Amino acid sequence: MTSALTLTNVSRQFGETFAVDNVSLSIEPGQFVGVIGRSGAGKSTMLRMLNRLIDPTAGSITFGEVEVSTLKGKALRQWRRDCAMIFQQFNLVDRLDVLTNVLIGRLAEHGFISSMTMNFTDAERAMAIRALDRLDLVPQALQRAGTLSGGQQQRVAIAKALVQNPRIMLADEPIASLDPANATSVMDGLRDINREDGITVLVNLHTLDTARAYCDRIIAMRQGRVFFDGTAAQLTDDVVRDIYGLDGLRDFNEAVTSTSVRSSVPA
Amino acid sequence: MTLTADPSLTAAPQDGAAPLSQFERDFAAKRRAARRGWLIGTVIFALVFGFAAWIGDFFKITQVTLPDGSRDWRWIIPAGLPRLGDYLSQTLPTLRWDTLGADFAEWFWRWKAWLRLLLETILIAFMATVFGVIGGFLLSFPAARNLAPNRAVLWITRRYLEIARTVPDLVWALIFVFCFSVGPMAGVLAISLHSCGALGKLYSEVNENIDMRPLEGVKAAGGTWFDQIRYGAVPQVLPNIISYTLLRFEINVRSSSIIGYVGAGGLGQEFRTAMSFQEYTDLSALFLIILVTVIVIDFGSEKIRHKVIGLEDRP
Repeated sequence: MTSALTLTNVSRQFGETFAVDNVSLSIEPGQFVGVIGRSGAGKSTMLRMLNRLIDPTAGSITFGEVEVSTLKGKALRQWRRDCAMIFQQFNLVDRLDVLTNVLIGRLAEHGFISSMTMNFTDAERAMAIRALDRLDLVPQALQRAGTLSGGQQQRVAIAKALVQNPRIMLADEPIASLDPANATSVMDGLRDINREDGITVLVNLHTLDTARAYCDRIIAMRQGRVFFDGTAAQLTDDVVRDIYGLDGLRDFNEAVTSTSVRSSVPA
Repeated sequence: MTLTADPSLTAAPQDGAAPLSQFERDFAAKRRAARRGWLIGTVIFALVFGFAAWIGDFFKITQVTLPDGSRDWRWIIPAGLPRLGDYLSQTLPTLRWDTLGADFAEWFWRWKAWLRLLLETILIAFMATVFGVIGGFLLSFPAARNLAPNRAVLWITRRYLEIARTVPDLVWALIFVFCFSVGPMAGVLAISLHSCGALGKLYSEVNENIDMRPLEGVKAAGGTWFDQIRYGAVPQVLPNIISYTLLRFEINVRSSSIIGYVGAGGLGQEFRTAMSFQEYTDLSALFLIILVTVIVIDFGSEKIRHKVIGLEDRP
């Protein structure tokens, strides 16, 4: 558990445009990293490249000794298991029950027959229930995932990520479609996992105050490049203005974009 | 005069009216174009229709025997229509009120054989539907543009499904009767193959309309292509698959009731014997049996289909 995730000159091109342009980063184990930036700055593309839902067009991604960017077949699937991903739209299977959705996190360990017949072991089921219990979702375990609220669905997605026994957890705007109360419970869930299990968390965020409240380290992207890399304290208003290109907007107010319950009530 | 010399003053009112009159002109032009298009379309349609009717002998003048025994040239349609009535009246049995039971017994004189063949017909349809569903279901995923693992697999499965469904089941039956001799198995294989092609196409279209995000969720957890299909796609498409399958069973009962005509089992072979022995009342009896069977199966499967769809609406 001591391997660092390293990106070296990683780029991703879509046609003529560079979504991610020559990014080099090193992420130490156990960090809680927030990635901020405007829409289209390349945050999602970078996260998706980390677990290889998108392949980089140049550069290399390594995890300890493992060269992630060239993995194939079973090794690639095991890497995806090791760095769990949480999506903005949850990406659950609405018509399956919550328990089965969580057990999808165990599929990388299964052979063809047991996976096609949905034949999971009791140990795996116990593991899934424990994960659901951590996120207060045991009463909903046998409900269809589609009948849950957005916040509950996102916590199911976190439980699914947990049973993967990941070393890194990637979250692509996990709270962008949630109300403030649900957003807080999802972010608290991620923080607990980071602190208690020592899992590295990398999360794309749209709300600056959330990034300040939860992240040890904040990385800002602009036009595919890393524009800022530091602590919340180093992220001054001037830097923020540059990140979001708010030159004309003098009275920039973080509370406007806030989804936090606490900071939405000014003292 | 300063008023007319100032271009801004004279131009202003014209500018105000310009968009409206421009619209009037555009609208008139559009209507003219639409009328012209309609006229050209109608003329082309009439020409094609007339040509097709001519090729299909609709304007044929043929020699017919008149009631008084003389021969004359007549247009084929009014000359032939009365013969349809003659044929139909020959297939109708004579039923008298006082001997109704005996007349019915005579009409359905082969009822034991027909009942056995009816059972065979339904079993052929059932087995063919099972095989067709298995084949169509498995092939519908590589045949869906959004799910196919690569272009080659997509191309091959699509062409296979096209061949399987383009050839009519009656033609497949002829081929299989040649291979496996006369009997229900040839019918089962023929209808299976045709159903597989038709269902594979319908299922794959359902697959192309699914939400891809659950599949991405499975992929991100380390799932294989099969895992993505099994967990992400199958639960989404299942209600549609059930609905199409029941519809196909109805169609297959109709197919299997005629396929015996070429020796592939079921009631169809009785049609052939009845026609060749000119047992015309048998034809109407067989027609009634098939009509009742199809109505019963249509009714039953529609009830089940609505139940399946109804279950979906509940949370």
